[in-house]
Amino acid sequence: MNEIRVTVNGRAYREVVEPRLLLTDFLRGRIGSTGTHVGCEHGVCGACTVRLDGVSVRGCLLLAVQADGSEIVTVEGLASPGEGTLTPLQEAFRRHHALQCGFCTPGILVAAEHFLELHPGPTKREIAEMLSGHLCRCTGYAPIVDAIHEVAHA
Amino acid sequence: MKPAPFRYLRPETLEEALPALGDDETKVLAGGQSLLPALNMRLVRPATLLDLNRVRGLDVVSGENGALVVGATVRQADPRLLEHPLLREALPHVGHFVTRNRGTVCGSIAHADASAELPLCLVLLDGSVRVRSAGSEREIAARDFFVTHFTTALEPGELVVETVWPLPEKGWGHAFCELAQRHGDYALCMAAALARGDELRVAVGSVVDRPTVLEVDPDRPGESAAAQVEPWGNVHAPPEYLRQLVRILVDEAVGHARQRAAA
Repeated sequence: MNEIRVTVNGRAYREVVEPRLLLTDFLRGRIGSTGTHVGCEHGVCGACTVRLDGVSVRGCLLLAVQADGSEIVTVEGLASPGEGTLTPLQEAFRRHHALQCGFCTPGILVAAEHFLELHPGPTKREIAEMLSGHLCRCTGYAPIVDAIHEVAHA
Repeated sequence: MKPAPFRYLRPETLEEALPALGDDETKVLAGGQSLLPALNMRLVRPATLLDLNRVRGLDVVSGENGALVVGATVRQADPRLLEHPLLREALPHVGHFVTRNRGTVCGSIAHADASAELPLCLVLLDGSVRVRSAGSEREIAARDFFVTHFTTALEPGELVVETVWPLPEKGWGHAFCELAQRHGDYALCMAAALARGDELRVAVGSVVDRPTVLEVDPDRPGESAAAQVEPWGNVHAPPEYLRQLVRILVDEAVGHARQRAAA
């Protein structure tokens, strides 16, 4: 067992974990942060994407013990919870109907925020390439691409 | 599924890390973008996981005698890699935006998946792999490093600490081409080329058990490359389809490389 200290969406946690505990299970099972979704558990679907010290990573491909000392931001950390204000990207997702069941949405929002920080003003093709790492079975992707594109070029 | 139990080691220096590699029940964890899926599916059940991520001195990219030298924990998304023209072209095909943020260059080399882009590039460039163990160090040429699918020339106790990526010399054009069913998936077939005047160097991957340099006829590169491979075929594509991909992608890569050389 290892003791880890992490910050999740601004709140500090100190927990004792087994080394084999995945970050996704730490977030969902241990601290109740269930906004991060678990789809495939082998890095293909992208639903579990979170920010680790600012970098978007697959939560299911990281051990919780590896996150020791890090700052994690999940989908719950994007909007301002108290005020109920959505981020521009979340607003655009709503406007464009870029989600239906919403299972893939947390991972896509987290990844897209990071992607736009690194690649301002991407083309629709570049957005589609980024989205190749995220499986959505509802939307056909077109409204997701539109939503991200609109925010990127606002 | 979840990983089976293991002992977790997180050394901060190479001197601490290397002795831990002595037994073959230990797996090295760097980016984990291939290892964690295998752990989650319990395809591997190592007794010990040796996490390199906090070992000092491995997150280094440096220039050395016309080559880019990449340390063991350098991520595939690292902007310093873009100094290498072939890496700049091939890296966008390696996994996805998010997996490249975590996956490492050296990890991809050590994993030696026959369908991975980086091993193909290293072989085309005639690069090399620098390894260390508790008692020794050596440099292995890429052509000798990849033995077959998921199998390398690494001996028990050896760790990949750096990979050496020669920069194409002046006048050489380069190109990397692949066909994958979805962007970022493993390619059905890939080809890479270097060209200058009549000189040509071509390598193919995915359709062979390890990245392979082929001696091709400069007048009909695709045709002569296709005649030299025996793809096994798979659920997505029969052997003849893959052979046709070799023909097309080799010609495409050679065409791009020649255009760049001429420019």
